[in-house]
Amino acid sequence: MASAILRVRGLVMDFGGVRAVDNCSLNVDEGSITGLIGPNGAGKTTLFNLVAGFHKPTTGRVTFRDERIDGLPSYLIFRKGIVRTFQIPRELKRMSVLENLMLVPSDQLGESMWRAVAARWLVKRQERAIEAQAREVLEFTGLSEVADLPAEGLSGGQKKLLELARTLMAKPRMVLLDEPGAGVNPTLLRRLVGGIRRAREELGITFLIIEHDMGLVMRLCDHVIVMSEGSVLTQGAPAAVQQDDRVVRAYLGD
Amino acid sequence: MLEFLTAFAILVGIYSVFALGLNVHWGYTGLFNIGVAGFFALGAYAAALLTIRPPLSNQGEDYLYSGDLANRLDSLPVVGVLDLWFVAALVAASLVAAAVALVVGTITIRLRGDYLAIATLGIAESVRLVFLNERWLSNVSRGIYTIPRPFGDIVAPQDYDRVYLVVVLVVFVVLFAGIRALVHSPWGRVLRAIREDEVTAEASGKHVFRFKLQAFVLGAVIMGIGGALYAFNFRAISPITFTPLLGTFIIWAMLVAGGSGRLYGPIVGAFVVWGIWSGSQFLPNVVERLPEAVGAPVLDALESVGLPNIRFFAVGVLVVLVLLYAPDGITPGIVRLRERLAGRMRRRARA
Ligand SMILES: Nc1ncnc2c1ncn2[C@@H]1O[C@H](COP(=O)(O)OP(=O)(O)O)[C@@H](O)[C@H]1O
Ligand SMILES: [Mg+2]
Repeated sequence: MASAILRVRGLVMDFGGVRAVDNCSLNVDEGSITGLIGPNGAGKTTLFNLVAGFHKPTTGRVTFRDERIDGLPSYLIFRKGIVRTFQIPRELKRMSVLENLMLVPSDQLGESMWRAVAARWLVKRQERAIEAQAREVLEFTGLSEVADLPAEGLSGGQKKLLELARTLMAKPRMVLLDEPGAGVNPTLLRRLVGGIRRAREELGITFLIIEHDMGLVMRLCDHVIVMSEGSVLTQGAPAAVQQDDRVVRAYLGD
Repeated sequence: MLEFLTAFAILVGIYSVFALGLNVHWGYTGLFNIGVAGFFALGAYAAALLTIRPPLSNQGEDYLYSGDLANRLDSLPVVGVLDLWFVAALVAASLVAAAVALVVGTITIRLRGDYLAIATLGIAESVRLVFLNERWLSNVSRGIYTIPRPFGDIVAPQDYDRVYLVVVLVVFVVLFAGIRALVHSPWGRVLRAIREDEVTAEASGKHVFRFKLQAFVLGAVIMGIGGALYAFNFRAISPITFTPLLGTFIIWAMLVAGGSGRLYGPIVGAFVVWGIWSGSQFLPNVVERLPEAVGAPVLDALESVGLPNIRFFAVGVLVVLVLLYAPDGITPGIVRLRERLAGRMRRRARA
């Protein structure tokens, strides 16, 4: 039995009168590809926002590698190794695809104003290393040909791949993907699935993936968690979950 | 003519500095500062108050603060010869602008974007009203005058503008080189990312607040230095200079016309807008040369509308035209033109 890299306990998130996440508890095993499914409005995206520090939970706890992270600002959670994507891609439109990625590494020398001016030689050297890493990630995700294009020029599917590329650029321990397959054509989808699998095998990254396409979930995931009305309805192996009556009923809005 | 061109170039240089500061705010970071005049005024008054001689009480000028720095340092060996009081004045202008930006930024940058806009506008107006009402500090609407000239004893007074043009150019080039290095660095990349999408910058692990605050303070410092340069150019400042139209609108017009978020945008914009602004003063002379039948009614119209309003109108029209036909400003068009010309030359050389 693998140990849990992420533990969520009794998490609650209220937006005014709406309780988007309601006493939610779950574990994600280290090195797994875990699917997170559930009808629209179940609170999946909100759960991502809570785990990644984009919202502060009303109550509850989030533990990552045995360390509490709930309430930390997002950039600190990022540094602990959790990186998320967006359901609707949020590329940096007027920056090149390459720049979108070169932005990501933490603690770049040239991010200090002082060193950006006074230690340009050192900064340039580090820039070369970061660029090499970014080109490697572009190769990995099959985006090399569009490296120098402004990101706004990418197709919908390529933008989804760029979201994945951004997370890989961070050298994360855990990646939260919000509907990576939605609106992606079959060719790019194969590339996406291959990329996720290889990232897990070669880099040991844990994935938590929100996905509506059950075919994709069956192909990709070791374990599936079903959310409904803000909390976990059931979980288990993909095939077992698919057979579960409660899941079907939740989707039908019963 | 040469005098006119020199004075023109000085002001293009000074306004380029303001627009450079606004480019750091809006062009690169997306910080909506609509109170440029506030930092402009703070820099101008800080530099002026630090360097002026004490006022003569027998002339009824009873404001209290005068650093008299130019006079006091004059007899020192190296410091006096190099007019280092001028550098001290620029530093003082920077520090005052930085301090105010730090306070305003810390309070408002965490909030939604509109709060920064409201706060900057509010600060600009408060600063102006303080200088307009506090006799002890700023001599109210009469303003502060006899501000000393840096390197004033090198040439005869009537030739001084040439010296000051060099001073302005040196300051501008130093600031420009610094900004160029910064915007091309990873630091500048984070700013541009924030401008494009703050949430994505956040999801890329950046401490967005810290970078925005740094950019806000840097831009304010540049505006403060611009204010100091302005004060030493006119040798007299009063609150009338720092109204929203004269201290903020015109600088926004320059940045938008030149090209926001472009390295050369501020210079191109300052040149074009200041060209229209100062060129419009010759409008009556031109109209007078027209045949009487056409000229007289136009002249009447000019008189009744007033030259200042016509200037603002002309600049406003320019901004609208740019936004309609070249939303990225004039600079990209110039770049394209240059590339096309270079291409034609290459082809001709080959033929
Ligand atoms: N920022 C927000 N402000 C207010 N309500 C929100 C916000 N984000 C999500 N919600 C609400 O929370 C509920 C869960 O939404 P979400 O997490 O996006 O669901 P899912 O991703 O599972 O479709 C919905 O009712 C949604 O309207
Ligand atoms: Mg969602």
